[in-house]
Amino acid sequence: MFEPKIMCFLCKWCTYAGADLAGTSRMQYAPNSMNMRVMCSSRVDPQHVLYAFKQGADGVFIGGCHPGDCHYVEGNYKTLRRITLFKPMLESLGIDRKRLRLEWISAAEGQKFVKVMNEFTEQIRVLGPLNLEEAVLDSGVR
Amino acid sequence: MKNTKKKIGLFVCHCGVNIASIVDVERVAKAMADYPNVVFSTDYVYMCSEPGQKMILDTIKERGLDALIVAACSPTLHERTFQNVAKLAGLNPYQIEIANIREQGSWVHSDKKKATEKAIRICRSMVEKVSQNENLEPIKVDVHRRAMVIGGGISGLQAALDIADHGYEVLLVEKNPSIGGHMIQLSETFPTLDCSQCIMTPKMVEVSRHPKIKLLTYHEVKSVSGFVGNFRVKIRKKPRYIDPGLCNLCGECEKVCPQVVSDEFNMGLSFRKAIYLPFPQAVPGTYTLDIENCLGLLPIRCGKCKEVCEPNAINYDEAEEIFEEEVGAIVVATGYDLYTMDHLAEYGGEKIDDVVNGLEFERILSASGPTGGVVRRPSDGEVPKNVVFVQCCGSRDTEHHNPYCSKICCMYTAKHAMLYKHRVPDGNATVFYIDVRAGGKAFDEFYQRATEEDEVLYIRGKVSKIFRENDKIMVWGVDTLTGQKVEIEADMVVLAMSMVKTDGVENLLKELKIATDSNGWLAEAHPKLRPVESLNAGFYLAGCANGPKDIPETVSQASAAAAKVGDLFAQAELLHEPTIVPVIEELCSGCGICIHVCPYGARELDPVLKVVKVNEILCEGCGACAAACPSGAAQQRNQTDGQIFSMLKAMLKG
Repeated sequence: MFEPKIMCFLCKWCTYAGADLAGTSRMQYAPNSMNMRVMCSSRVDPQHVLYAFKQGADGVFIGGCHPGDCHYVEGNYKTLRRITLFKPMLESLGIDRKRLRLEWISAAEGQKFVKVMNEFTEQIRVLGPLNLEEAVLDSGVR
Repeated sequence: MKNTKKKIGLFVCHCGVNIASIVDVERVAKAMADYPNVVFSTDYVYMCSEPGQKMILDTIKERGLDALIVAACSPTLHERTFQNVAKLAGLNPYQIEIANIREQGSWVHSDKKKATEKAIRICRSMVEKVSQNENLEPIKVDVHRRAMVIGGGISGLQAALDIADHGYEVLLVEKNPSIGGHMIQLSETFPTLDCSQCIMTPKMVEVSRHPKIKLLTYHEVKSVSGFVGNFRVKIRKKPRYIDPGLCNLCGECEKVCPQVVSDEFNMGLSFRKAIYLPFPQAVPGTYTLDIENCLGLLPIRCGKCKEVCEPNAINYDEAEEIFEEEVGAIVVATGYDLYTMDHLAEYGGEKIDDVVNGLEFERILSASGPTGGVVRRPSDGEVPKNVVFVQCCGSRDTEHHNPYCSKICCMYTAKHAMLYKHRVPDGNATVFYIDVRAGGKAFDEFYQRATEEDEVLYIRGKVSKIFRENDKIMVWGVDTLTGQKVEIEADMVVLAMSMVKTDGVENLLKELKIATDSNGWLAEAHPKLRPVESLNAGFYLAGCANGPKDIPETVSQASAAAAKVGDLFAQAELLHEPTIVPVIEELCSGCGICIHVCPYGARELDPVLKVVKVNEILCEGCGACAAACPSGAAQQRNQTDGQIFSMLKAMLKG
């Protein structure tokens, strides 16, 4: 079975804490994800996402605080706008937009983190490995 | 990259069996031993224990480590612990990183091989990060040891007095002509029935005489800039047209003033003149000319008050003034208002004279009120023989009104009914309630006293309609305990209106940039653990601005806020997290994108150099600007793009 690599950027205040809660509650999820703690989801630059794909990630996940709950007032709204604009760009590079997922997961939502991780892993498994070079060649971008 | 030749040590914790039963810790330590820059790698059963910490400490010294990784539990738990170990060994605390292989490793996976593989990748990424970490020192900021309190009600007064008694200067800003707030309007206070004026006026006088308190009544906060310890506040002084130093309260001006308007202090139940003293015990004790209602300042139009003013205290030429003050902390005590009765059309919507709200009834009960403490109804001045009290008017109604409980209404309604019965012993007092919430010291006893000694009739149920029929007010309701319809012919009805945020306060709060909840009440930094602080450093919350509260709770919160201000001022200097986002000036094109992205206003364009300058104190290090900067000039300390790229590579490759 194809084991995808999933890169996760987790905001320190909500989703990273939610992932910790999944741990302290001993909930189980697919070990395909690798987590990076960032101060805020708005710290994630589309370049980071592209670089993750380039380094072999088959899927990229960004987790932030729920709208209205951002520790930095409004960072998650910026993330939402950035990622929304970035997805069509991914497509033009030949990367399926479903490979990038943004979710709001609070520090209390360990369960949701687990659900999203399992779901996303399955989803990427269905999409299959990302062969970036081929994808880019197919997209016609030179 | 800087410091790529660092000597890095890796310490893998078993956490008993918490980690070791799933992650092969020995394999992790062994696999990492060959990783670039790692000069030492080991595992141990409990890294956070005394021997574990000692081993780390000794190894740093013996091996001359420049940085270390502890692969263990989440950084939220022991990052500080291991930073302290690093400090003890003479390392900068920013040279340690935690690889979270427990909460995000062994505890969430059961496949040993995969969990071990993942742990190794996490360790590799942290080695990449720490090898590029800079030594950082907390940013130090001076503190301006002077506070501003906004609002001169009981919470503001208490906070101001406490801060001043700590020995710090306080500016107390009140928008109205006198301090006192809503509390000075109350008749007697539950559950002890002491007279509000008797306990409030000495406090008001104390505030006005305190050498450390600068009282700014009839002033408004216009804007606030700066940051914790160093706020610059613009304050607007509204013209009073009367010199408080000269006014001797003779009252001659009031006698000749031809303009009669409704009196706010008595909730519109009586009248005052355009030149007026809000109430006899007002502090400062001076008349104020209410320009909105004055015929005009041109002596040719009226000028009667000036003619009779013996001490010549009236100055029609006084103008609005705006001045700046510097303070280190701000206590927001802006209080509450009552939900207006026009929201409740089914209860007459303000149109029935003898349906009054709680504060109006306070004035009717008060010895200093329009009726001198005799209960008389507003329409014809008759003493009402049947009074109905309705609780939860606009509160606890998620569909139509406010979802929250206003908390004080159960108690003040019991007090109203009780005081009414004391004044009119042959009258009937009926209370409609949903439940009686009498949680508080001596509160339930007080409620029992109202029902037993004073024979107040409590009916559990909501009132559906209130309307006038001839000279009676019909109250239709239901007794939900018996299921019977209830109809009462009342002479007067008192509605316990919901408490709401102060009218117009949102403009001020927007200027202060402090957060509110969905009902407009000020939001706490943490609802349980930091209840008197705002998330924005340097702002403290007191009283009902934060949500409905009774007087003892308000006073406690005000004192707590003052104590927190004292904490802040007791520090020699403030320390600020150094992981901020500075600008590499050589790379900055001055496009200014980061300026708009910053939620704290920490970045501005240098007009001469055309590069962005960062206020290190205002920057909270979220990194939104770093992601937005198109030229890579904004780089977060110890989480630069370079570090992120190296970490991604270390995690994903192979």
